[in-house]
Amino acid sequence: MSVEISVKGEVLTARLAGEIDHHTAVGLRKEIDTAIDLNLPSLLVLDFEKVNFMDSSGIGLVMGRYKKISRTKGEVYVCGMSQNIFKVMKLSGLESIVKLDKKIV
Amino acid sequence: MKTDNKFSMTVLSRSTNESFIRSVVATFAAQLDPTVEEISDIKTAVSEAVTNCIVHAYKDSIGKIYITCEISNNLLTVKIRDKGVGIENITKAMEPLYTTAGDERAGLGFAVMQSFMDGIKVRSKLGSGTTVVLRKNISVRYGTARE
Ligand SMILES: Nc1ncnc2c1ncn2[C@@H]1O[C@H](COP(=O)(O)OP(=O)(O)OP(=O)(O)O)[C@@H](O)[C@H]1O
Ligand SMILES: [Mg+2]
Repeated sequence: MSVEISVKGEVLTARLAGEIDHHTAVGLRKEIDTAIDLNLPSLLVLDFEKVNFMDSSGIGLVMGRYKKISRTKGEVYVCGMSQNIFKVMKLSGLESIVKLDKKIV
Repeated sequence: MKTDNKFSMTVLSRSTNESFIRSVVATFAAQLDPTVEEISDIKTAVSEAVTNCIVHAYKDSIGKIYITCEISNNLLTVKIRDKGVGIENITKAMEPLYTTAGDERAGLGFAVMQSFMDGIKVRSKLGSGTTVVLRKNISVRYGTARE
């Protein structure tokens, strides 16, 4: 599991790769949160294109980042999800608070 | 019902084993020739049950997780058991968004197991542990030979 982070203006993009479960989510959370604290982006893009597995730990990861970034009025955009990942994500009701998109940006 | 195939294993509740256990179950299930979606459903549900043993049942300790997997006709049954803290109120625990673990958990593990599998049974006793039984019917696909 890995995450590649890039910043362009007010947009922070985290490109995730591999499998997201409780074991790997801890490290991902730390890396993304460090970058958020450093850059205070107004938009966080979470790119799931290279994620091939995710359980509810992934939902927790997105929800947690949403809570964090909305304190500074930032928004979250989730994209690049495969059908299987989208299926898990949809179950969460996250659609009402973050923008979910299967498309790749 | 006659059992066609079966395996059991005992694994320590270390988080690295989450991916190990779901991969083993998926590999075992592969003999039923499931679709990519069915395999993904099974992996996700098993991952939820195993993670619950690690995160909740053995919260401050390392314990054993007991896995039994059976195939009978086109039905896959996975039993995941722990000897951890147990669940006080199963109905409440299974409600979507209910969690006792704070901010980073969504409280959706049971919801995922319920919606991705064809059956789930939970037995638990405070102080002695929890058993989750997951069932999935694997679709029989036309044109695929199965022994
Ligand atoms: N094996 C178990 N032993 C003890 N308690 C459990 C066990 N499994 C689940 N629970 C209890 O049931 C609650 C709900 O479980 P569920 O998997 O639905 O959500 P979660 O684990 O809290 O969050 P998520 O799965 O979304 O990360 C847990 O918070 C915990 O209190
Ligand atoms: Mg859970």
